[in-house]
Amino acid sequence: MKWIKVGAFLVMVGFLVGAAAWMHPFGVPWASEMDDYFIANAQGEAGANNVVTSVVFDYRGFDTLGEATVLFCAVVGVALMLRRVLR
Amino acid sequence: MTVVVRTVARIITPMILAFGGYVIMHGHLTPGGGFQGGAVVASAIALLLVVFGARRLAGYKNLLSLLEDLGAIAFVALAFLGIGYTFFRNVLAGSGGLFGMPVPSGPNPGFLDTGGTLPLMNWAVGLKVIAGLGSVVLLLGLFGGGDDR
Repeated sequence: MKWIKVGAFLVMVGFLVGAAAWMHPFGVPWASEMDDYFIANAQGEAGANNVVTSVVFDYRGFDTLGEATVLFCAVVGVALMLRRVLR
Repeated sequence: MTVVVRTVARIITPMILAFGGYVIMHGHLTPGGGFQGGAVVASAIALLLVVFGARRLAGYKNLLSLLEDLGAIAFVALAFLGIGYTFFRNVLAGSGGLFGMPVPSGPNPGFLDTGGTLPLMNWAVGLKVIAGLGSVVLLLGLFGGGDDR
């Protein structure tokens, strides 16, 4: 059992060292087509200076809908958990 | 809390509310948006909760619930506004109507009357986050007995 744990640890360390050795240079994306598209077209298509907002609320609106649902679920969970104490 | 804390809270709460409203309202121009501004306003609610105690704010529970529903319904309704093309289509952007001013490409000072549905969605999500986080901290405060210590 002990040697399984040590082996798993060594494999993880190996992966980590490998990832660090082959690390991509910082700030140089592999594929920048999407970034260039957003920078060139977000102002014209979404009509907002803040490209992040236009991505969050326009291009990826479903993501925001999911986030709002997660928030709603959190509020419902808290309200359910504390309901008996309040009355 | 003591009178010093209460006085400072009375002075600083309008400032926090104004800053939160600014972050929500200018979400399509400056860094920030509905989530961030809503969190700022909810921090003002948490401050009031700590200073004045949860019992004095317990009456606002129904109002917060109503705001949360209103925000969620407004968000989905704004998404349905573009159903003629696709769900979440920004139909108001560049149309010349409400928030429909065309944006000059490149760096510009930023105009409030732009963005289409983005500012409206920012307000909807902002209301939702204000009401959601506010009711969470309010419920947690009421859970602890509701007296100010």
